[in-house]
Amino acid sequence: MIDILKDRQNQVFEGRKDQKFEMSCDKISAAGSVSQRACVFCGSRVVLYPIADAVHLVHGPVGCAAYTWDIRGALSSGPELHRLSFSTDLKEKDVVFGGEKKLYKVLTELIDTYHPKAAFVYGTCIVGVIGDDMDAVCRTVSREKGIDVIPVHSEGFKGTKKNGYQAACTALSNIIGTGDISGIPEASLNIMGDFNVAGETWQIKSYYKRIGVNVVASITGDGRVDEIRRAHGARLNVVQCSGSMMTLAQSMKEKYNIPFIRVSYFGIEDMSKALYEVAERLGDAAMLERTKSLVQEEVAAIMPEIRYYRTKLEGARALVYTGGAFKVFSLVRSLRTLGMKTVVAGSQTGDKEDYQQLRDLCDEDTVLLDDTNPMELAKYIQEKDVDLLIGGVKERPIAYKLGVGFCDHNHERKICLAGYSGMLNFSREVYSSVCSPVWSLMPRRRKFTGGI
Amino acid sequence: MLLRHTKPEIKERQVLTINPAKTCQPIGAMYASLGIHNCLPHSHGSQGCCAYHRSTLTRHYKEQVLSGTSSFTEGAAVFGGQSNLVQAIDNIFTVYNPDIIAVHTTCLSETIGDDIPQIIGKAKEEGKIPPGKIVIHTNTPSYAGSHVTGFSNMVASMVSYLSEPGEKRASRANIIPGWVDPADIREIKRLLDMMDIDNIMFPDTSGVLDTPLTGKQEYFPAGGTTIQALRATGKSKITIALGPTSSLAAARLLDTKCKVPYEILDLPIGLEATDAFVDTLRRNFHTDVPDEINGERGRLLNMISNMHQYTYNKRVALWGDPDQLVALTQFLVLLNMKPVYIVTGTPGNNFTDRINTVLKGTVPEVKVLQGQGADMYKMHQWIKQEGVDLLIGNTYGKYIARDENTPFIRAGFPILDRVGHQYFPIVGYKGAMRLCEMILNAFLDKKDRECPEESFELVM
Repeated sequence: MIDILKDRQNQVFEGRKDQKFEMSCDKISAAGSVSQRACVFCGSRVVLYPIADAVHLVHGPVGCAAYTWDIRGALSSGPELHRLSFSTDLKEKDVVFGGEKKLYKVLTELIDTYHPKAAFVYGTCIVGVIGDDMDAVCRTVSREKGIDVIPVHSEGFKGTKKNGYQAACTALSNIIGTGDISGIPEASLNIMGDFNVAGETWQIKSYYKRIGVNVVASITGDGRVDEIRRAHGARLNVVQCSGSMMTLAQSMKEKYNIPFIRVSYFGIEDMSKALYEVAERLGDAAMLERTKSLVQEEVAAIMPEIRYYRTKLEGARALVYTGGAFKVFSLVRSLRTLGMKTVVAGSQTGDKEDYQQLRDLCDEDTVLLDDTNPMELAKYIQEKDVDLLIGGVKERPIAYKLGVGFCDHNHERKICLAGYSGMLNFSREVYSSVCSPVWSLMPRRRKFTGGI
Repeated sequence: MLLRHTKPEIKERQVLTINPAKTCQPIGAMYASLGIHNCLPHSHGSQGCCAYHRSTLTRHYKEQVLSGTSSFTEGAAVFGGQSNLVQAIDNIFTVYNPDIIAVHTTCLSETIGDDIPQIIGKAKEEGKIPPGKIVIHTNTPSYAGSHVTGFSNMVASMVSYLSEPGEKRASRANIIPGWVDPADIREIKRLLDMMDIDNIMFPDTSGVLDTPLTGKQEYFPAGGTTIQALRATGKSKITIALGPTSSLAAARLLDTKCKVPYEILDLPIGLEATDAFVDTLRRNFHTDVPDEINGERGRLLNMISNMHQYTYNKRVALWGDPDQLVALTQFLVLLNMKPVYIVTGTPGNNFTDRINTVLKGTVPEVKVLQGQGADMYKMHQWIKQEGVDLLIGNTYGKYIARDENTPFIRAGFPILDRVGHQYFPIVGYKGAMRLCEMILNAFLDKKDRECPEESFELVM
């Protein structure tokens, strides 16, 4: 069995009675650890990328653009510029003599080719080292072409993914406040931190529509530049995936006096709580009534099938590991709806508060992990006899190799997991994986599959 | 249409790259390193590089991919990555305990000028490298070459660090398979076994990135070329390097360093390239080609003869890495098809010459593009100007396939959306048969789906 890296001992809480709960987090990964984390650029890119009528130009060598080319499944109902891959493809001579001229030329060609609503320019590691003045180039091109050209300072080494979220928020605040906000009704909000993976923003928007709330801007799922310009006209910011959007929500509160609430759209409880909270903040008794009947209708529609899965899944054990910590809370609750127990939970970027909340939410002996690695994941899958791993692309093979079911709750989820129908989809996915007959051929795993 | 913005009129772009037909060096080095037994690749740069490479490799191979990272911070970018790498080496040997760490650089560490051999020396001095353990490195600046260059560089580094010259030569071949999938390596080994030729295959990702499901977690799976074998490459009789772009550098170095002569061949994709491979083995090891191999070749020929009317004159667009493209093009010519558009983002000498050689003048209208501006956008523009009957390449062609309603078979790296390449080869006679099957079925499926009811046929 592989030991925990000694530098990481305070980032693992094993849920033992004799262990003091003091999670150390927000730490830079120890060099040499096989971390599941990515970089600043990755954080900015995932947040801004769903804005579909802007071009997203990666200023650096080709790799950063190639690896992030259309990998997230953030859907658009209209333009799909965001799904193309644009790069300045920096070469050795650009590194030596600077990439500003090339950036200028590429931007000009790009804008002339696609006529986008705006352009985001992402700085990568190398730009931070060779010292290109991206801001100046963006200003020049913006002036010449008459569109917003926004630099995103996302040099990979300048922190963690979280710093990338912040850089993205800074970029967004450059365009928020530049649109006309006349005619926006009282009951209006911005959806923040949902990225329309598998069409989830659409699902959420449909609920808001049904209760009578107007969505001014979705930041950034199925996002449009002109909508984001008007975001300051909304009465409320509703923030999901708090890790990525909290700084923007806070700055909009200071600047435009728009309050914000933190919500999650995953699971029956959290989804309903979000709708009720919005109705309370923005609506009258009639809206509250509409919300009530929506919740009742939706829950009634999905419960019979969910109850069936619950009979199959009762007692199954899950390990949940995600990018942001907020999603973990919802997943713990959703799994409870299915009769399952979260025995290990963790995130790449959770903070102290998140882990305290997680500790309060989970069972006494639930193991908590910050910035973990494949070795630790495998260790706890086995020690805690896990039946289901919820994670992303790098975690999937870890689960399968140990004969454990898997649910992608990250970029590669192909079905909508948000909202009520999303909860049903989630239940189906969990059931189909945990109870798959393939695991019956694993000597260690036969509880739920009725195998040998 | 996802690519609705692609315009058929070609306006020369000076600098803009749209939808690249390549990626950066480090991922190739990471892939090559995984072909060493008990090796942990290490990415000397920011965390993101490592995460992206691992994710991309996992999406292609559906396997866990482990690699360390130096986790660069601002401090490292200013003061250099020495302390990060020394600490990483210490942590990796303490916790993960591989036999060898294979370090590759990134654009960041290259630009700040980290001297990796010096840092490895320092780690050794400070006792961070336990006795018997090894650290090797290669330079993979992302702003030069492509993923294929990174692969080639790491394979060459295996030679420069590990190959040992010797007086006595074993009757044995070094086989450098090039950037192919584990299933391809298995197929090459099977041919070698059938010909009873002792060999050292390096790098060898079979058994590393195509491991069976056992219910156990293997950090370092059973596959991969052992360090002992890598050392012994200097005492082999000959090196057979497959695919010059990815394998020539290592073969040459082995010749210079250990005086092992080499022969450079195309990747054994298709009938003629496999012939060349089998014949090279036969010549060098004075052996006969066994009946079984002749039988496989005969069955491939039989298959080609059965399908030749369907493939005649079909226009094909293909993209990807130079070594694959040259061999595929040669095979398509044998199938009497017309490879009309060929694109690679990987720079390098004489690609166009190699393509023209295998085309033998059969496709005068061919368009070949490499390097700057050689991207999927340009490929799509060409197709818009004059369509093709078939697309062959990595997953990134799927947008064009859908927009233009063109049959598409996946070959190359990465394949992110289909199964098959993880388990079935495209090299050797059997691999060529698999290609034939994919090509023919792609045509017939389209016909069945789209032909008018009255011409829908049971027997085809």
